[in-house]
Amino acid sequence: MTTFGWPEFLFILRSAGWTLLLTAVAFAIGSLGGGALAIMRLSRGRVLAQAAKAYILVIQSIPVLMVLFMSYYGLSLFGIELPAFFAASASLAIYVSAYLAEIWRGSIESVPYQQWEASSSLALTRTQQYRYIIIPQAIRISLPPTVGFLVQLVKNTSIVSVVGFVELSRAGQLVNNATFRPFQVFAAVAAIYFLICFPLSRLSRYLEGAMHAGRGH
Amino acid sequence: MPAVVIEDVHKRFGPVEVLKGVSLSVEAGQVVAIIGRSGSGKSTLLRCINGLEICQSGRIEVAGHVLDRDPRRLRELRKDVGIVFQSYNLFPHLTVGENIMLAPRIAKGLESAEVRKLAVDVLAQVGLSEKFDAYPDNLSGGQQQRVAIARSLAMRPQVMLFDEVTSALDPELTGEVLVVMEKLAKGGMTMLLVTHEMNFARNVADTTVFMHQGKIWEAGASAEIFAAPKTTELKSFLGAGMH
Repeated sequence: MTTFGWPEFLFILRSAGWTLLLTAVAFAIGSLGGGALAIMRLSRGRVLAQAAKAYILVIQSIPVLMVLFMSYYGLSLFGIELPAFFAASASLAIYVSAYLAEIWRGSIESVPYQQWEASSSLALTRTQQYRYIIIPQAIRISLPPTVGFLVQLVKNTSIVSVVGFVELSRAGQLVNNATFRPFQVFAAVAAIYFLICFPLSRLSRYLEGAMHAGRGH
Repeated sequence: MPAVVIEDVHKRFGPVEVLKGVSLSVEAGQVVAIIGRSGSGKSTLLRCINGLEICQSGRIEVAGHVLDRDPRRLRELRKDVGIVFQSYNLFPHLTVGENIMLAPRIAKGLESAEVRKLAVDVLAQVGLSEKFDAYPDNLSGGQQQRVAIARSLAMRPQVMLFDEVTSALDPELTGEVLVVMEKLAKGGMTMLLVTHEMNFARNVADTTVFMHQGKIWEAGASAEIFAAPKTTELKSFLGAGMH
């Protein structure tokens, strides 16, 4: 049995890089999808709005794990073998898109309707209203919950370990299996999660305060 | 030709009929005050004029545009018809200057140098030249409302609508807004204003319209309306307001 030394720690640290990469890719792709879904959800086209609504409802009502299993094991039945990283980031992106869509739709809807009235009275088109008046204010409103969700995402990436992808949590398990030093190993893993999430949480709290201060409306 | 023509306008919200056949004609350069109790339909009438509310029947023509629901034609109308709201509704993420310059630039497509000059002019007109780079949150209510007036003026409207623009203000801030409006009136702007400021209606408006239960109950030259109200409803309204 090996001890929990420097090489083991470095192995865990490198795996944290995968956690970050996975988070970044899932968040980036999920943002694009979430933004598109939020706009679809608010569009005047009934079909678009209903399709987005159905997608969001389904994804939010099933565990990410099922999406992950379907994309990793399910697709392999049809001869499509996705690399673990690809299946993991795609599944997480699907999950992210459904949640961000709702956060952002809520943010857009919480811009006071008087802002729509004032800008339409100034002869702006609907697109101009979104671009110059509504979206800039919605972004301010959405920053704290979006960053808050990002913190959740960092931690939730750990579920992809079940398809054999070695990220931070899985690395901790592997090292523990070899060293059987659960306290040291998982304390180190937890500390790394903390070092990633704590600054993000602070950022979220800070943004929340800054947003309130900036809105005497 | 009158600047505003309203013919037999009906408007209902669900089962409630708010406007029960309203007709009104306003000449260019005229100032018309609309008074009445809350729920009498006066704000709704004003909001129908620039299409913020869509009336179910009747005809509205303003600044040469016939009101209809087509978004493109509605925008053309709104370029010529300004509105100022009770709650100012400035854009909180933009500076005062940006609030004013946005619509002339993107809705009317004016050059930025021209738009800047326009903004400087209208801000001077409302006496707030030094606030060009301030954010709305850092202004008092009265100042915000004057910026809102300047923002409308920057579109060079032919008609201006004022929807209870001093109702959210402390008494000491009301005066500075009314002064700006009086200057506009004297400058020949066509104005329709829904107001609770009876002195302003009496002294500044050419015509005062009293609305009651969704109808124009009594209308006439302001001096006469206030000196010799004919209907008991107007008498009791004015009586209640005087004390």
